[in-house]
Amino acid sequence: MIEVDVQGTGNSAVLRPRGRLTMVTAPQLRAAVAEAVDAQRVLIVVDLSACEFIDSSGLGAIIGGLKQARQAGGDLRIARVGSQVATVLQLTNLDRVLRPHDTVEGALHDG
Amino acid sequence: MSRHRLPDSPRARRRRGLIRVLVVLTLVSGINYVAWRWLYSVNWDNWWIAVPLVLAETYSLIDAFLFGATMWRIRERGEPLSPPDVTVDVFITTYNEPVDMVMATARAAAAIRYPHLTWVLDDGDRAEMRRAAAAAGIGYITRSADWADRPRHAKAGNLNNALFATEGDFLLILDADQVPDPTILDRTLGYFRDSRVALVQTPQWFVNVDDSDPLGSQAPLFYGPIQQGKDGWNAAFFCGSNAVLRREALMQLGVVGYVREVEVAVREALGAAGAMIAQARREARHHPAAVAALDQVAAAVDDARSDLKAGQPVSEVTYRFQQRVDAAGQDVVAADLAALEADLAAIETLPIETDGELNAVVVDEAALERLAVREWSPLGALESIRALVRAVDVDLVDEAQPVMPMATISVTEDMATAMRLHALGWRTVYHHEVLARGLAPEDLGTMLHQRLRWSQGTLQVMLKENPLVQRGLSLGQRLMYFATMWSYLSGFAAVVYIAAPVLYLFFGIRPVQSFGGDFAVRLVPYLLATQLLFLVVGYGIRTWRGQQYSLALFPLWIRACTTAVGNVFFGRSLGFVVTPKTRQDSGGFPWRLVRAQLVAIVLLVAALVVGLVRLGLGLAPTAQGTWINVVWVLYDLVVLSVIIQAGRYRGPVRTEEAV
Repeated sequence: MIEVDVQGTGNSAVLRPRGRLTMVTAPQLRAAVAEAVDAQRVLIVVDLSACEFIDSSGLGAIIGGLKQARQAGGDLRIARVGSQVATVLQLTNLDRVLRPHDTVEGALHDG
Repeated sequence: MSRHRLPDSPRARRRRGLIRVLVVLTLVSGINYVAWRWLYSVNWDNWWIAVPLVLAETYSLIDAFLFGATMWRIRERGEPLSPPDVTVDVFITTYNEPVDMVMATARAAAAIRYPHLTWVLDDGDRAEMRRAAAAAGIGYITRSADWADRPRHAKAGNLNNALFATEGDFLLILDADQVPDPTILDRTLGYFRDSRVALVQTPQWFVNVDDSDPLGSQAPLFYGPIQQGKDGWNAAFFCGSNAVLRREALMQLGVVGYVREVEVAVREALGAAGAMIAQARREARHHPAAVAALDQVAAAVDDARSDLKAGQPVSEVTYRFQQRVDAAGQDVVAADLAALEADLAAIETLPIETDGELNAVVVDEAALERLAVREWSPLGALESIRALVRAVDVDLVDEAQPVMPMATISVTEDMATAMRLHALGWRTVYHHEVLARGLAPEDLGTMLHQRLRWSQGTLQVMLKENPLVQRGLSLGQRLMYFATMWSYLSGFAAVVYIAAPVLYLFFGIRPVQSFGGDFAVRLVPYLLATQLLFLVVGYGIRTWRGQQYSLALFPLWIRACTTAVGNVFFGRSLGFVVTPKTRQDSGGFPWRLVRAQLVAIVLLVAALVVGLVRLGLGLAPTAQGTWINVVWVLYDLVVLSVIIQAGRYRGPVRTEEAV
């Protein structure tokens, strides 16, 4: 089981999944995104610093979250990825869509 | 070749050695014949039949080469490894098959020994199916609300929907009629100990077919030597059912596909933006502020294009683009404020009031913001700009889910999916053991629909993602995919093979310089080598039906080609239907379905009679030419006769206990 820490200020939310983000835990991330969007916190940063491992289902959940945030007029960004996550992003080309930001603040402000 | 040594038994290696010798003999004798034909034997006076004939023969030689390449690395895998400790979902896909049939499969699936969860994927969303599954304690999945009013993508969509409702490491896919053996997972999961293996395919085998099999339902050549040959090139095909897949591989395919689709969608939208902005200018011509704002939109389009070209992430480029369009909209609001003021003041529900002390307009910020929100702003009122903003995004709003693991480019999702898996470097396995038993069509009409669907699907993939130019595939894999696609072009060659002897026997029209001399000397060794290769490859299995149908269904293969081209290049419908698993009708002989073949048979028989009469009257060009063409016509007739048997076929004889 992963835990998703949620911090929110204004219209933004920072989600920090911990542990392994896989097909088993991806639904929890999807639910956390949905909750944030429902609370009008549509600028979402997924802080992956505490994520040890992500698989393609985890990436799928991030893409699903991006879609939810965009449709609510917001955005979803990723920050602080480890080397395993960075490798998977490159392998799937997902880094051509989502830029991995160095810091949460950078992700919030860079746009 | 030692680098590629295949791990199989000495017996299998000896067999492969013999096959390789015959492949070489076939190709050498084939090239010897066809090259001579092109150089010395084409009768250019009758080019209108001579050229089609030599082209058809060249087609067949290439087909023989591709078959030989497939057989070159024929691989017989031994006993599978023991299964690893993993989680598995078993999916039974259904659309409109009888509930009893689906439940028979579902109960057998639930009884599979290896621990797993069983799900019925009911695309028909039937209450009766849901109740039956629940009563048997079997999972039931139907499309989520996201699919409403969006492309459903048939079976691929059904599977993609289910992938997001389940979480097993592996999935076994079964068509509604494919009753699995309890050991199916124990026998297949072991291959996944190799973490690069994405797919294990097992044969499709039909229980409602007797030995004569007039509809050619069993495909022992394909679910045997051909799949084993493809397996040797790491190109075993995915056939849609009776296969186990690794979820991670499929999801990776989905993510890669998402990136590709987003890039294409955004690039196309930005490419079309010029026309959309021009349209918007016409819509907004009485609204000068909006026209000015459109200049900003055009600038944003230019910047987005160059940012993309510079390799900036698509989500950032699109987000910035949308922000700038929004800002342009806000400018319109601000610029129009003076003009709006009077109108707004007239209405009571105003966001604007006059400050008594400053005597200035005070704007309710929140309301103004709301005005600037896309849909409300004067800019957003322009339909074309709304469409543009919608399209320059990363959410693939026209699809039910952004990630589509199963390929949706074809009506047959399986081939395209496997090819993309191979392109990403995954391995596939063909496990040659019948582990599920299904139901074949029992009448000609249903069978023809099924074949049409398969061939259309294969040709769609060839036209949309030509394996010869896909990145990431090995040469062998390219050839293996191309071989299957190439074989579906046989309809055109068949027409020539029927027409040429008919023309000769009726009118003495020679497509060749001479049927005498070198002709037989070069042709006969080639034909013998081909048949010998077939005999060895197909030893112990019934390959004759398949040979017959590859010629006898020529109208269907041609229709598949024309409809696939019409679909891919001109956006026309394929006339696609789901394959029914139950018998359609039991009327008389289905004349309508086989009209073209019957015409061909009548012509061939008439040609036989006319040719022999002309020979008797001394009107034939040469006796040898007549006899060669008579034999040729007889072969055509024997091949085509299968269609008569098929038309008369009324399903297997049923006894009480068989039902």
